[in-house]
Amino acid sequence: MLLGRTANGLYWMFRYIERAENMARLIDAGLRMALTKTSDAPEEWSSVLMSAGVKIGYDSKYKEYNASLVSDFLLRDLSNPSSVMACVETARSNARMVRTALTREAWESVNETWMVLKSTLASIIPETDLPRVLDQIKRETAIIRGAFHGTMLRNEIFNFARIGTFIERADNTARILDVKYYVLLPSISYVGTTLDNFQWESILRSVSAHRSYRWVYDVEYNPVNIADYLILNSRMPRSLNFCYSNIVDNLKYLALDYGKRHECHDMSEGIMTRLENNEIRTIFDNGLHEFLSDLIYQTNSLSSKIAHAYNFD
Amino acid sequence: MKPFDEMIKTGGEVRPPYEQLKCWLDTQNPERLAQKSLDAENVFRKTGITFAVYGDEEAAERLIPFDIIPRIITGNEWRRLSQGIEQRVMALNAFLDDIYHRQEIIRAGRIPRELFTHNDAYLPEMVGFRPPGNVYTHIIGVDIVRTEENQFYVLEDNARTPSGVSYMLENRETMMQLFPELFQQIKVRPVETYPKLLRQSLAAVAPPGCKGTPTIAVLTPGIYNSAYFEHAFLADQMGVELVEGSDLKIENGKVVMRTTEGNRAIDVLYRRVDDSFLDPLTFRRDSALGVAGIMDVYRSGNITIANAPGTGIADDKALYSYMPEIVEFYTGRKAILENVPTHRCSEPDTLKYVLENLSDLVVKEVHGSGGYGMLVGPAASKKECEAFALKLKANPKNYIAQPTLALSTTPIMTEKGLAPRHVDLRPFVLVSDRIRITPGGLTRVALKEGSLVVNSSQGGGTKDTWVLDD
Repeated sequence: MLLGRTANGLYWMFRYIERAENMARLIDAGLRMALTKTSDAPEEWSSVLMSAGVKIGYDSKYKEYNASLVSDFLLRDLSNPSSVMACVETARSNARMVRTALTREAWESVNETWMVLKSTLASIIPETDLPRVLDQIKRETAIIRGAFHGTMLRNEIFNFARIGTFIERADNTARILDVKYYVLLPSISYVGTTLDNFQWESILRSVSAHRSYRWVYDVEYNPVNIADYLILNSRMPRSLNFCYSNIVDNLKYLALDYGKRHECHDMSEGIMTRLENNEIRTIFDNGLHEFLSDLIYQTNSLSSKIAHAYNFD
Repeated sequence: MKPFDEMIKTGGEVRPPYEQLKCWLDTQNPERLAQKSLDAENVFRKTGITFAVYGDEEAAERLIPFDIIPRIITGNEWRRLSQGIEQRVMALNAFLDDIYHRQEIIRAGRIPRELFTHNDAYLPEMVGFRPPGNVYTHIIGVDIVRTEENQFYVLEDNARTPSGVSYMLENRETMMQLFPELFQQIKVRPVETYPKLLRQSLAAVAPPGCKGTPTIAVLTPGIYNSAYFEHAFLADQMGVELVEGSDLKIENGKVVMRTTEGNRAIDVLYRRVDDSFLDPLTFRRDSALGVAGIMDVYRSGNITIANAPGTGIADDKALYSYMPEIVEFYTGRKAILENVPTHRCSEPDTLKYVLENLSDLVVKEVHGSGGYGMLVGPAASKKECEAFALKLKANPKNYIAQPTLALSTTPIMTEKGLAPRHVDLRPFVLVSDRIRITPGGLTRVALKEGSLVVNSSQGGGTKDTWVLDD
């Protein structure tokens, strides 16, 4: 038994930590893409903002897209609730609220991340410093994850935190794939061709999978394989299949602990079945964009159902 | 005159309780000690042991400075102190029971009725009500100062929601991490049982209708409260839920908290929310920190609130000067611990005396706290004294005055080595089926040379406090 507010705090704390890390990865991918261009690469940066789901907020503030403006908006801007600093602030506030549910190590890792990044992100980051800062962000979130996994009891507290992590990650992976595919594959006729394009690598890079892709598939980037990897592969830690199998497992533990199933259990298992019994070809035939936008919608709806079932809505 | 120093006598001789520590200190490399000071600060920052200063945006979260030189009290000194404290908290609870019932002490003419009639700390809602176990103030922090070898005074009885106990515990924890070898040489009585004792103490005053293990919760105003760290710390150490007003509601005559498995009834609520915010239906209507209807549940005996509403009357500064009478009236014996002689400015002759001697006195607001709104005569400029005199004349009832005490000093670690600074002591007392006092307490220290203000909001720090197991 946990307070509903505590479950809520854990859930959002881990969503925001996940989001902070995803932001760092998106900027990283953006920098890579921009490197291949001679100009400021405005389209690339615009698509980074779209993948991050913050383009509307950005457009209301700035007129142009370039590395320094976009990275500042995604890293430091507190008016952007998804910026790394805003995410870390929110995650730490939530951690403070649920302190009694965290081990000392887990709390201290979040608190330290907050202290370190507050000082790192206190002033504008020069473009030459970006790679170092992005690495630092990824390292800090890795330490939080490590402290959490190494010290937390595998109970309901752990389950709510994990559900938060994987809901956020599923949403993020689906959005990256949707946006990029939309930009990169204007016509269905390109599907199945082998493309030598930095842009393809950037999708994989945004989910830190550019190296592991080669271990599973081939050195050549192929749109179908990339989609298969990010949607259906059950071993790739950021794929939709992997995210959902974790959501389902953690919800199952809660049902076992509490002796009660809710609507969210049926729903998550339903989505899981769709991911398991599917072929990437079928998804393409029925429309990748339709598949992904439906999944984003379902994930949101699942999130509300979980909050409702466990009294934190 | 030089104030009493707890480590070094006037002749330069080391007082016996500090002998071992002094020997050890003399063998230490100053650089190593300075490094340990930094280590301690890092531990506090990392753990997030911070407090918020209201109205201070720059430093929304600050550390209370920690000094690594422990303050030492002998077993004998402590025995006398704890007897005095025990007598005092018994008197406080008897007094609270009396003034919310028969008011014998007023009838006996020992204290004037006017003290209650217009006092916000006296809650009419509590009249005729008897809390479970007949305990009103469960958790008390008695502020004690020392002026001589054998002279201790009680400065204040914090009978509402005293804070600081988490610092007492973390200070010890930190010292044990930094100087494990010291604890092998010097036998110090442990403080770390406090959370367990608190839990036992709270469980012992569960409502009579409560069957089985009582469900306990700590009520906090939330993460922006200055003492939030302590609230979370205590809930965690006791293994109970840390709740906010928004988690609670009334269901079937019980206070329940909203959990992942539905609503769960609470039997004992250790609240760290002031009386006036506790129940918007009874007290401040704009309060979002409390629970609407909790006072009805309380009065019908279905929850224990610790400390009970209305205990503030016992540590009201207007009442402080009557404490010797109060202790004697209820315990039948003279108070073991003395009060600081106190002038009530409400009395015309006294007011005249106070105004004439402002530069020698400490003047406090009757309802103030945290060292705000007070005048420390000897440290104030002529201009400050004059300005304060005007406030005093305008509303004499609002003030009491006390002689400036030469608070004892203990050494702190400064950049130039050890230097004496003024200290006070807040032992923590638990009252329920019996009285439990943790040996030692929180030593607060004024870090500025010569300063007498130890409050953390005014630049004070803390020290680990050792009661010797001798």
